[in-house]
Amino acid sequence: MEKPIRVLVGKPGLDGHDRGAKVIARALRDAGMEVIYTGLRQTAEQIVHAAIQEDVDCVAVSILSGAHNTLLPKINELLIKEGGEDILFVAGGVIPEADIPFLKEHGVKAIFTPGTPTTVSIRFIEEHVKR
Amino acid sequence: MNYKEVTWKNKRQIGRMISIVENAAPGHEKIFEQLYDKTGHAYVIGITGPPGAGKSSLTDTLAKAYISQEKKVGIIAVDPTSPFTGGSILGDRIRMNELSTDPRVFIRSMGTRGQLGGLSAGTASAVQVLDAVGADVIIIETVGVGQSEVEIIKHADSILMVMVPGLGDDIQAMKAGIMEIGDVFVINKSDLPGANKTKIEVEAMLSFMSKKGWVPPVLLASATRQEGIGEVVEALENHRLYQEKEGLLFERRKRNVNELLMEVLQDRLFRKIKKLEEYPQVLEDLTAKKIDPYTAAKRLFEQI
Repeated sequence: MEKPIRVLVGKPGLDGHDRGAKVIARALRDAGMEVIYTGLRQTAEQIVHAAIQEDVDCVAVSILSGAHNTLLPKINELLIKEGGEDILFVAGGVIPEADIPFLKEHGVKAIFTPGTPTTVSIRFIEEHVKR
Repeated sequence: MNYKEVTWKNKRQIGRMISIVENAAPGHEKIFEQLYDKTGHAYVIGITGPPGAGKSSLTDTLAKAYISQEKKVGIIAVDPTSPFTGGSILGDRIRMNELSTDPRVFIRSMGTRGQLGGLSAGTASAVQVLDAVGADVIIIETVGVGQSEVEIIKHADSILMVMVPGLGDDIQAMKAGIMEIGDVFVINKSDLPGANKTKIEVEAMLSFMSKKGWVPPVLLASATRQEGIGEVVEALENHRLYQEKEGLLFERRKRNVNELLMEVLQDRLFRKIKKLEEYPQVLEDLTAKKIDPYTAAKRLFEQI
């Protein structure tokens, strides 16, 4: 049997709105992926430790709090520190266009802003994970 | 790669090794070859029970109790895979987030991936890896549906059956057919009305079974309120000591490795047979009803 793509879906920081994360989790599941859903209010450390233990192919975080410029680079830094530099790192949520170049410089490979069809996110993950 | 040198601290390597054995990817045989003689130290606890009984919360609380005893804890949390898409949502970590960053704990989520038993085919392999790299206790948490309750016996030294008040009367407990495999019973959410009644009903059911020897204790606990957890740990320890004293642990593990061997043999055999040149033709003849399944099997076996 072909190995399914494993994706961690989580929400870093202090923000209780998980509808987007849940929609994505379900869409990825329906695309045949194994989704490790870690839930709300995660620290960068919790997300990265979970990603390492679960040996995921992709970390996908949803962030709506406005703290993306702090939290996302931190997740990237910790992923590298823990030996997970080959894990695909993507984010979604309310992130202003102006911040996207900065985040891409800090290891976020794709940013899916509101209105992105789930099929786009799914295809991106399928095409970019290291198998 | 020398897998023998991988230690508990090396979480990245452990994670990768579990993936390799779970997927039966290239290298999985080498991992077993190098690590198998290092296994056997960990005590393996299986936790099962109906959905929503609080298995994940109880796993979290039990793991915390074990790390306070300076034990290294491995957790394998199994959730169902969709038979339609092959995808799954593995959400047991939500209840275990505090443990995520604890160096004494390693948590791994698994999908059942189409295994009929409800337990992931990789579960046994993941147990072996965690055992070999130094876990003292391994907790397997399963989906409490289908046959997983029965499957879990093959992998665990003690089975903890989690129940909750209000799921129905004693007839439900009989129907479920799960009473036979529990070594320790916990009525979780003991703050809910009817907890004591459920406990008495379960005890009454167990008394009908007239098993000689070990009598499974029925305990009240509340995982989220941290009540009754010490008693659960103690009951599991008593069960371990009982099995060791009576020589039952050896017997149980012998039965378990036998199951493992059968699975490996089955897998090998099926793969070999499917590769036979004659296989497509035999399948076609069978479909066309030119031959019956027994004749088909005979024809294939003769080719091996």
